[in-house]
Amino acid sequence: MITIDHVSRSYGDVRALDDVSIQVGRGEIFGVVGQSGAGKSTLLRLVNAIERPDSGSVVVDDVELSALQGRELRAARHRIGMVFQHFNLVGNRTAAQNVEFALEAVGRTRGDRKREARDMLDLVGLAHRADAYPSELSGGQRQRVGIARALASKPDVLLSDEATSALDPETTRQILALVQRLSADLGLTVLLITHEMEVVKQICDGAALLESGRVVEQGPLLDLVNTPGSRLAHDLFPLGEAPDLPGFGILDLTFAGGEAERPTIALLARDLGLDVSILGATIETIGGQQAGRTRLAIPGGGEATAQAVTFLAERGVRAEAVSSR
Amino acid sequence: MIDVTDPAFWPDFLEVLGKGTLETLWMTSVAMLITIVIGLPLGILLVGTEEGGFLGASTRRGRILNQVLGFIVNLGRSVPFIVLMIALIPFTRWLVGSFIGTGPAIVPLTVVAIPFFARVVEIAVKEVDAGLFETADSLGATRWQLVRRVVLPQALPSIVLGVATTATSIINFSAMVGVVGGGGLGNVALTYGLHRYSWAHIIAVIVILFVLVQLIQWGCNALARRLDRSRGRSRALPAHRPPDPAAV
Ligand SMILES: Nc1ncnc2c1ncn2[C@@H]1O[C@H](COP(=O)(O)OP(=O)(O)OP(=O)(O)O)[C@@H](O)[C@H]1O
Ligand SMILES: [Mg+2]
Repeated sequence: MITIDHVSRSYGDVRALDDVSIQVGRGEIFGVVGQSGAGKSTLLRLVNAIERPDSGSVVVDDVELSALQGRELRAARHRIGMVFQHFNLVGNRTAAQNVEFALEAVGRTRGDRKREARDMLDLVGLAHRADAYPSELSGGQRQRVGIARALASKPDVLLSDEATSALDPETTRQILALVQRLSADLGLTVLLITHEMEVVKQICDGAALLESGRVVEQGPLLDLVNTPGSRLAHDLFPLGEAPDLPGFGILDLTFAGGEAERPTIALLARDLGLDVSILGATIETIGGQQAGRTRLAIPGGGEATAQAVTFLAERGVRAEAVSSR
Repeated sequence: MIDVTDPAFWPDFLEVLGKGTLETLWMTSVAMLITIVIGLPLGILLVGTEEGGFLGASTRRGRILNQVLGFIVNLGRSVPFIVLMIALIPFTRWLVGSFIGTGPAIVPLTVVAIPFFARVVEIAVKEVDAGLFETADSLGATRWQLVRRVVLPQALPSIVLGVATTATSIINFSAMVGVVGGGGLGNVALTYGLHRYSWAHIIAVIVILFVLVQLIQWGCNALARRLDRSRGRSRALPAHRPPDPAAV
């Protein structure tokens, strides 16, 4: 659905994007994470051609965007909605009028605009606040208006630039759940950028890590979790600093997919006769499958730890020795 | 000399002031109306055609237009009114057939007010959050839709306040027009106050002008407050407020 192909973009000496390639499939929710200044916003704005690449191409729904101008560009943008961190609502117009603006841009008649705007606000659960001004709405409600406006033209793609960063955790969860529901109901492809791993964990199917304008890692979340040394996986399931336990080896296990359901640790303790203790664990559901990490302390020297790693590897569980002494 | 105890004085006094006030009101409203019609688009164009402005004028045409407009506006603002008025006499005569009287006075008044008002509009439009332009682009809106549905609603409260300032200047200048036979309250002050030493007329003119300016200011303030919906809760609770750790 979205194909970003070898795209570079510089501002003067700053290489905001450096040979970036990302593909997002139809109906997928894809997250881009990275530190401030990594080039996330620049990347997102290439997708609706607010920003143009110096080289490379951006194709959305088989349309090469970087080539479009004028009327054709506007038509292409009607197929791509965008939501913003600070909502970007027109303060002197009501929620309904803000949504109507998007419909006017598509060329709907006045009567249709009124009706469809109400429908869109209904879709995001805000029909009762249609005549409120943005200043009379909470942050979460404002973002709902933003989403209703972005989706009013019935686009195939939704772009989100830190849409939940100005919201508290509970409101963030609600907005993400709404985006997920809409994506499923409307078959929307979502490209979102965020600096919060929680967001990726909650709704993304795939993710990319951007660093100084380069893609460091990318792929479906489950694949990333299974990739040894994946920084995204590490950030998704943080276990913190390894503790210093003399006489113990520390092992980090990564589960993904079916293994999480099998009693692997119990088997390890029984078959190898080790008094394994669990130091920490995080388990999440990613794409309907269990995935997570567990940190174990294995008594004995490096030999026992190595034995455990082999035992686990034979059973399809990846284990990394964090420290062993 | 004027004798206020003369029974003939008061009816004449009221008639002169009434006529002067009406003339001033007429000149000011017509000049203001034309000023808005020309100055509003001019001010929007001035901002929109700037480098990186929302009318997308990184083109040569946009840059040239911006410079020409900026030059005209600055020229209009830097020439003293009295000089402008004299310089405009041939133009006024060509346009309305004469340069003396209330009608012709509207021409220089409008010409002086347009650049002033265009700058007022320019400042108001510059206050509009740039994020909204990007948003309109992302929605695939036309430039006209952007101006009509985003720029104008957001800039209108400041523009209305600017109308008050501009109308006040027009009233000021209209008094000067009176000095060269333009009619209005300025002419009353001149013919009765200066030539016939009537303090009563001068004081009345001052009071009427003061009341007019006050009324315009009050009216515009009230209207601007009604149009500005971004006040209220949003001021105390900015959208970009970082989460307060103490509140968790
Ligand atoms: N219009 C611009 N002009 C000049 N430099 C720019 C411009 N836009 C972005 N940059 C630069 O490009 C780099 C990437 O910026 P970008 O906004 O994409 O980062 P980001 O990952 O979105 O950061 P943040 O998380 O802080 O929003 C930064 O170094 C920034 O200074
Ligand atoms: Mg950004």
